[in-house]
Amino acid sequence: MSEPTSLSGWGRYPTVESRVDRPEKRSALRSRVEGDGEPVLARGAGRSYGDAALLDGSGTTVLTDRLNRMLAFDSNTGVLRAEAGVRLREILETFVSRGWFLPVTPGTKEVTLGGAVAFDIHGKNHHRDGGISNFVREIELLTADGKTVTCGPKQNEELFWATVSGAGLTGIITEVALELRPIETAHVAERILKAQDLDDAFALFKEHEPDYLYSVAWIDCLASGGSLGRSHLMFGRHATPDELPAKQRRDPLGYEPDHLARLPFDLPEGVLNEYTVKAFNQLFYARQRTRDKQEVVGIDPFFYPLDAIGDWNRMYGESGFVQFQCVLPMDESYDGLKEILSQVQESGLASFLAVLKRMGGPDGGLLTFPMKGYTLALDIPRRDGLEPLLRDLHETVARRGGRVYLAKDAYLRPGTFREMYPALEEWLAVKRGVDPENRFTSAQAHRLGIEP
Amino acid sequence: MPQIRGANVLIVGATSTIARHAAGELAARGARLHLAARDEADAERIGRDLEVRRGAEVSWGPFEATDYEDHERLLDGATDAMGGLDGLLVAVGMLGDQARADADPGHLRDVIEVNYSAPASLIAAAANRFEAQGEGWIAALSSVAGDRGRSSNYAYGSAKAGLTAFLEGLRGRLHGGGVHVLTVKPGPTDTKMTFGMDDPPPLMAEPEPVAERIVWAIKEDKDVCYAPPIWRYVMAAIRLIPASVFKKLDL
Repeated sequence: MSEPTSLSGWGRYPTVESRVDRPEKRSALRSRVEGDGEPVLARGAGRSYGDAALLDGSGTTVLTDRLNRMLAFDSNTGVLRAEAGVRLREILETFVSRGWFLPVTPGTKEVTLGGAVAFDIHGKNHHRDGGISNFVREIELLTADGKTVTCGPKQNEELFWATVSGAGLTGIITEVALELRPIETAHVAERILKAQDLDDAFALFKEHEPDYLYSVAWIDCLASGGSLGRSHLMFGRHATPDELPAKQRRDPLGYEPDHLARLPFDLPEGVLNEYTVKAFNQLFYARQRTRDKQEVVGIDPFFYPLDAIGDWNRMYGESGFVQFQCVLPMDESYDGLKEILSQVQESGLASFLAVLKRMGGPDGGLLTFPMKGYTLALDIPRRDGLEPLLRDLHETVARRGGRVYLAKDAYLRPGTFREMYPALEEWLAVKRGVDPENRFTSAQAHRLGIEP
Repeated sequence: MPQIRGANVLIVGATSTIARHAAGELAARGARLHLAARDEADAERIGRDLEVRRGAEVSWGPFEATDYEDHERLLDGATDAMGGLDGLLVAVGMLGDQARADADPGHLRDVIEVNYSAPASLIAAAANRFEAQGEGWIAALSSVAGDRGRSSNYAYGSAKAGLTAFLEGLRGRLHGGGVHVLTVKPGPTDTKMTFGMDDPPPLMAEPEPVAERIVWAIKEDKDVCYAPPIWRYVMAAIRLIPASVFKKLDL
């Protein structure tokens, strides 16, 4: 195999050197796992932010993006069976025009099916539908002994629920059978409401969520005092053909993916600072004059606004950034969010916008992230003061009974992690059974002390 | 000009990265496909993918390039599976290892056979059929490496040079008889053949544009197609370097 390659997550921190392999055939993947007994980690699109898809030390990082064959689609049930390297973008490009959409989608379509299952990704409909695992009918897992195991909610359930949200540490997910969602149009009926503060935001969520499948709020992180929690709430549901303007009604499922713009260079460090971000956020908040706006928009602008800029992670410059995402139980959400937003503000580490979303409850995975309550996600550039800030934030989240999302994390510590994920012991019991020698590991697993 | 829509196309070496993408391009334009590869299980996965994504009519079967006696049977099988044979895309090949070929005659023979003798034999068999039916096309992946013998991979390069000359002669023989022969010369492409090379070559191309270029050249009845097209100019310059200088270059 080749020279080690330098790899990092979407947040560009940390960076590790790892040997990489990129099998294009199933047989090549299998022989890699059977191979030399060294550690292996599957890496899909590399869109997790921290070190979840990084392998430090010896072993091989297996890039799965060329194992991306779609294998079968049943138009009666909507179930697509595909190799785990298929990206969500490919599913949209193939199926939106045929009247099918992803049952659950994160804020980017550039993730693979395997990654989506390994972190049981959630989307703007989590409060209604839960995570993507609720739509996974079956997966095929390549385990440490070189064998493939089929598992699902009704077959090898234990291994299934350890693999869903199991961060790729039980084996390599090779195939996923996913039930797609039928849609009538490639458009979303969107309603955007402005909330003056956190009370207002909570009240608006409560009032409007029953009418919409999707909901999310963008919070201005720098609004403080009486405007703490100032935000835009975005609600949406799949539009029906009669809601479309006449021109689009002729081809209601017509889907033209947004073209990618690219950021061809890193912005200098510090271009995004407290003042520029504050100015941006004020403009963003002021952009919509009315408190309430309704329109019909395309799938891409509604679900994937940031995908329009291909490498938006380069905005934070060379040293990268972290995305902090936590969830707090419902009865701790209001006070907890205020505490977290104040902590971020006091640190002076600017964050553009924070994303706030109500979650429906835990999903079935043993290491499930969601819980009934609110989740908050915000980007923080890597600058002096980051580590103490994160330590404080993690402490706040743990004290209030919440969790930090592993797909975003690069800084959590083993003790706090164990507090947040009480089913870890149960998960480790499954891991010991299926991978006693810890072939499947990651830099994150090392950091968090996840070992059988 | 060959019609792609409705054409029955046999692709050999169908699990190669470039072939997979060329199959996608051909399927998108309405061709019916038969995928032949040594790894039949993987050819099936590529075939199923074309069915799901493109709604393609596609079949698949096993193929061992150096099993010469089997070439006629392969052509029969593909013709039966598709109900005819209008085009052949040949993507068999192996990069090999020059240092190993220097020391191990078996490896040298394998490189020459898989890149030259075996595809030439299959192409000859298909050419006779196309000549008899008065129409058809053959497109074969040679390489820019066949344009000059480089010290770092002359086993591979010489076999590709042989294939290039074979295709050129065949093109002359079939000229005017309704049968077209296309020589494709891809530059270094990001495929499983080149992945992980210690010194990745310059101007590495993605497989998708290379595949698009190939299908364009088939459709346009081109004789020789460099993919990406910049390699036409790069190789034109490299061919001008006199042997006395070329031998001193570390290429």
